[in-house]
Amino acid sequence: MAEYAANGEMPEVLFWVGCAGSFDQRAQRITKAFATILDKVGVKFAILGKEEMCTGDPARRAGNEFLFQMMAYNNIQTMNMYGIQKIVTACPHCFNILKNEYPALGGNYEVIHHTTFLQQLINDGRVRLKEAGGFKGKKITYHDSCYLGRANNIYEAPRAVLEALDVELVEMKRCRTNGLCCGAGGAQMFKEEEAGDTRVNWDRTAEAVETGAKVIAANCPFCTTMLVDGVKKQEKEDDIAVLDIAEMVAQSLAD
Amino acid sequence: MHLIQQIFFIICAGVAIYLFAKKVGSIRRNILLGRDEDLNDNPGARWKNMTLLALGQKKMFKKPVPALLHIAVYVGFIIINAEVAEIILDGILGKHRLFAPFLGPVYGYLIGFFEILAVLVLVSCAIFLIRRNILHVRRLWMKELNGWPKSDANYILITEIVLMSLLLTMNAADQILQARGVEHYLATSPFWVSSHLTGLFDGMSTGALIALERTCWWLHIVGILAFLNYLPYSKHFHIILAFPNAYYTRLIPQGEMKNMKDIQNEVLYMMQPELAPPPAEGAPAQHRFGAKDVQDLSWKNLLDAYSCTECGRCTSSCPANLTGKALSPRKIMMDTRDRLEEVGRNIDKNKEFQDDGKSLVHDYITVEELRACTTCNACVEACPVGIEPLSIINQLRRYLVMEESNSPQEWNLMFSNIENNMAPWKFSPDERDRWAEEMGAS
Ligand code: SF4
Ligand code: SF4
Repeated sequence: MAEYAANGEMPEVLFWVGCAGSFDQRAQRITKAFATILDKVGVKFAILGKEEMCTGDPARRAGNEFLFQMMAYNNIQTMNMYGIQKIVTACPHCFNILKNEYPALGGNYEVIHHTTFLQQLINDGRVRLKEAGGFKGKKITYHDSCYLGRANNIYEAPRAVLEALDVELVEMKRCRTNGLCCGAGGAQMFKEEEAGDTRVNWDRTAEAVETGAKVIAANCPFCTTMLVDGVKKQEKEDDIAVLDIAEMVAQSLAD
Repeated sequence: MHLIQQIFFIICAGVAIYLFAKKVGSIRRNILLGRDEDLNDNPGARWKNMTLLALGQKKMFKKPVPALLHIAVYVGFIIINAEVAEIILDGILGKHRLFAPFLGPVYGYLIGFFEILAVLVLVSCAIFLIRRNILHVRRLWMKELNGWPKSDANYILITEIVLMSLLLTMNAADQILQARGVEHYLATSPFWVSSHLTGLFDGMSTGALIALERTCWWLHIVGILAFLNYLPYSKHFHIILAFPNAYYTRLIPQGEMKNMKDIQNEVLYMMQPELAPPPAEGAPAQHRFGAKDVQDLSWKNLLDAYSCTECGRCTSSCPANLTGKALSPRKIMMDTRDRLEEVGRNIDKNKEFQDDGKSLVHDYITVEELRACTTCNACVEACPVGIEPLSIINQLRRYLVMEESNSPQEWNLMFSNIENNMAPWKFSPDERDRWAEEMGAS
């Protein structure tokens, strides 16, 4: 972003990468896939780079409002300084907090989740997909993340992208508003689960595996991690892939 | 004789209504113990929610079978209560079937229609009893319902069955008396259901029939007045509170957590001291961060607690509960109500609240329960009357972390990473865009 600003230019959109997308090895692949798509179709985008900080979501959900407010304050200062208007992010937690919770603190932006953005690019004909992409006709199930689904009522955009990829979508019994959590939200990602009979992600992945799908499509770096772990638990990692929708699109781009 | 009955009836009804109003008043006071929250925006959307959720029971239809049974009981109950208007007037004026002469043959159809509803209510309640006590539907058979909550549900169902049976017996006796031309029992067209039941009582003498009819009449109306007074002590208060609760339910996205303005300002003044207002004289004492007890919650959280019907739809969709964790969103609501009632009794006794050494966190809801929540909103989505267990959980968590510094070691680590490295993991902020450099290189 600093480069754009130095040249007095404004990008089309700011890509908010998020901590998982920046540091987590698995999630970095999602980030790279999404950035590749943007590059390829010529979307002028910027990142905040080293100036981006955690949105404060895990702190706020755990109950640490002070820390959240500090992070939000700094991020809003940075973004307002650059005059950011529009943000796209590949993380539904960042999406939710930037879209719904930053405005009360003076951070007003148009915020879009990457699956919605991809759907728009496909609809506008900017993203063109291979005629017979690798996912055509493949059995695929889609996991609704809580923060995109119930938290923000976005159920159709990601499914529309899957439809554009010509997959055979098989829904799990608990989907859309009834979708079961992957177990990572509410800062659970950062601690051991409380004592119980099983883990949430194992339960959810078992349901996904039962559909007979070859790919479990996700829209969230945390869900992806949880589902990958669940697939390993079932010893199915050779048969079933967990992929973010951006990765699936990136693999199917027409030349 | 009639006069005594009339006077007795008026006293019964008066006492019942007085007691009901008194209890409702104390519930209202309890709810207003909560913190202020302005929920009067956008009345259009709010009326719509009330119509769809409370009147239309939209969310109930996620489970169609119980939804249909429930709607039968609910519609039946409301409409049959129209007949109670006649019963009450009869009671006060010492008349019998006051409306019959005005409505002519329509009266018979109307009562016939009520009777069909009564049968539907009766059958549905019987099925509900079977689901609860014989089929043991999981969400209706969990340990948090042991004791009072389970009996409460059964009492109500049995009461409804008894009330409906009384109504039908009364009408059947009435019709035999009509046929015998007994004074006072003016002839109506036959009632659809009870006209088939007359055979059961045909052999009885006129005197016995009058006694039966009167007894049923009295038990029915006294039963209804007792039911009215039972409501506010029971989960069945939802038949009233579902309406205001749906009206005031959340309109903003479910993912949005309430901002804490006082902390926002504190951080702002720390970062930009020039904006800080001069310390005001006699400024109100800071209240506690987050919620430790019911008074720290908002009034809407407390209204939620009284509106909860303990159906367990929230709990049966809760990922934590489904995987055997201690958390149950229904229990969160039940605990909040129980604690609020306890605080209310404390105030009744001592004029104002006297510290009893207890609080909602720890004494009712444990840290383990609170820690298990993934903030997934499944409970909020599932609730047919627009209750938000998650809102209470979030506020209790804020209290734990900010007032008690009570958080697991891993969370403390996460906090310090965010504070020092601007990310929840121990990575250097310099590496944040490493992926982009790698991409540029490839
Ligand atoms: S938000 Fe928390 S309490 Fe509610 S369903 Fe999800 S995990 Fe359970
Ligand atoms: S909170 Fe709602 S869904 Fe949960 S038990 Fe109460 S009424 Fe049922």
